[in-house]
Amino acid sequence: MSDAEINLAELDDAELVAQMHDDLYDGLKEEIEEGVRILLGRGWTPYRTLTEALVEGMRIVGEDFRDGILFVPEVLLSANAMKAGMAILRPLLVETGAPKIGKMVVGTVKGDIHDIGKNLVGMMLEGAGFEVVDLGVNTSVERFLAAIDEHKPEILGMSALLTTTMPYMKVVIQALKDKGIRDDLVVLVGGAPLNEEFAMSVGADAYCRDAAVAVETAQSFMKRRSNQAGLDAPKPA
Amino acid sequence: MIEDLLRERGWLLADGATGTNLFDRGLTSGEAPELWNTDRPDEIRRLHQSFVDAGADIILTNSFGGTSRRLRLHDAHTRVHELNKVAATLARDVADRSGRKILVGGSVGPTGDLFAPLGELTEAIAVEVFAEQIAGLKDGGADVIWIETMSAIEEMRAAGAAATLLGMAYTVTASFDTAGSTMMGISPASMATSTLAFTPPPHGVGCNCGVGASDLVCSVLAITEAQPDALVIAKANCGVPRVKGDSVVYTGTPELMAEYARLARDAGARIIGGCCGTSPAHLAAMRDALDRHTPRARPDIAQVIAALGPLVSPPSTAISTRRPNRRRSS
Repeated sequence: MSDAEINLAELDDAELVAQMHDDLYDGLKEEIEEGVRILLGRGWTPYRTLTEALVEGMRIVGEDFRDGILFVPEVLLSANAMKAGMAILRPLLVETGAPKIGKMVVGTVKGDIHDIGKNLVGMMLEGAGFEVVDLGVNTSVERFLAAIDEHKPEILGMSALLTTTMPYMKVVIQALKDKGIRDDLVVLVGGAPLNEEFAMSVGADAYCRDAAVAVETAQSFMKRRSNQAGLDAPKPA
Repeated sequence: MIEDLLRERGWLLADGATGTNLFDRGLTSGEAPELWNTDRPDEIRRLHQSFVDAGADIILTNSFGGTSRRLRLHDAHTRVHELNKVAATLARDVADRSGRKILVGGSVGPTGDLFAPLGELTEAIAVEVFAEQIAGLKDGGADVIWIETMSAIEEMRAAGAAATLLGMAYTVTASFDTAGSTMMGISPASMATSTLAFTPPPHGVGCNCGVGASDLVCSVLAITEAQPDALVIAKANCGVPRVKGDSVVYTGTPELMAEYARLARDAGARIIGGCCGTSPAHLAAMRDALDRHTPRARPDIAQVIAALGPLVSPPSTAISTRRPNRRRSS
């Protein structure tokens, strides 16, 4: 396999974006950085660059991951390339006042150090315009509560990869109930051993089977929330 | 020594779950099961004893998360040798008092860390990490190092190398939980072929945990097809996890696990046990099923599904819609 020379700067916008989707799929970090710079240089807004070049590219990666075409190593390389592009865009997004749809606190629960899925969800949500506060791994109920108190998110996302740690989600949700703040938050849960039924039985609002679903679910909850805000209606349960 | 036992009967029964059964005994989620080796040793002994009473020929130590990488979460990373040695001692003690020949498998689970270039861990460091754990298991009297629930080939190789470094025989099983492969994309056939090429090779290869029992028997079929001479291990979850109160319960019945055991045997597995959710009652049903079993023809996937239920995460037949990257022209 020999690499064909492609000069990104010579491609028109549509071709460049298509090439960036390919490069994201193949986890080519430097090529993504170059593509982002070229688009910005052509007067694209940071937000348009993010959504059309990076988020759309990661959506394709996410789909092929869901369909069992790609596995974790490929997805991680794509995510690293996306992260590199995001690093260029993030400060510019703040400057240009790109739309913020909501705030989310995410973390892998106590006893569990698996964060691939959680990181991917955080990155995709950030790309979709959410402010994401990532608590990392091995997150205790105390740390979840402190972060909720400090950041006042609309959404809490919890992740677990182990059957032995996933019940901890119930511990956190119970603590939210005890504090009387459960209904102030939408709770999304995810992780390989989880399923819809588990999510419902621990009292979460939704189970997200992958990062793409997490983004869609977060967006739809935010939409329902803003629709209902004026009606003083109860939050979706 | 596994081979000696197998010569007598042709198959061996491994034990059931550790973590989920400890939940039933009061372990809470987020707690490290390994700490019970010193905090609640009688519970660990009782769990081993219950599997021995159910007919297990191989019992696994309570040391799945016993590497420093995992114990660090519980500030117990300075107790690796101690906790693993006690884990092996507890199992050894139960095995030796049983009055029959029972093997102690020293359970070694993944570190949870990613290997370079995806993550920070190198194989050289991983070998050290595993060797520290395995030294404890060896000192406590484990017969064989039981490397399980693996996803990455590098990690299987590192754990195997650590066992070898300490002069221990080892087996390797992986968790095929993602579209019929491990989450790192290793298929059952490729896992078996790769691990059997290690020097020295594992004494047994196979699958544990993963998703449903159907999926696991299909992984066994793929392994025995690719490596017909290998000693193949099957340790399936007991159905699908569901929450009841504060604990996770599994949907598999003893009858289902009995049929799983028969199918795993027909598919060519010679060491058969259960993973998450498998209680002593399930294991007893499996023992009974295997004792009475008259070998049947090798099942196909349709027969496995008909008997044990649909696949939870079937191998993908999807084809990507995206165009090939023009950079990668051949």
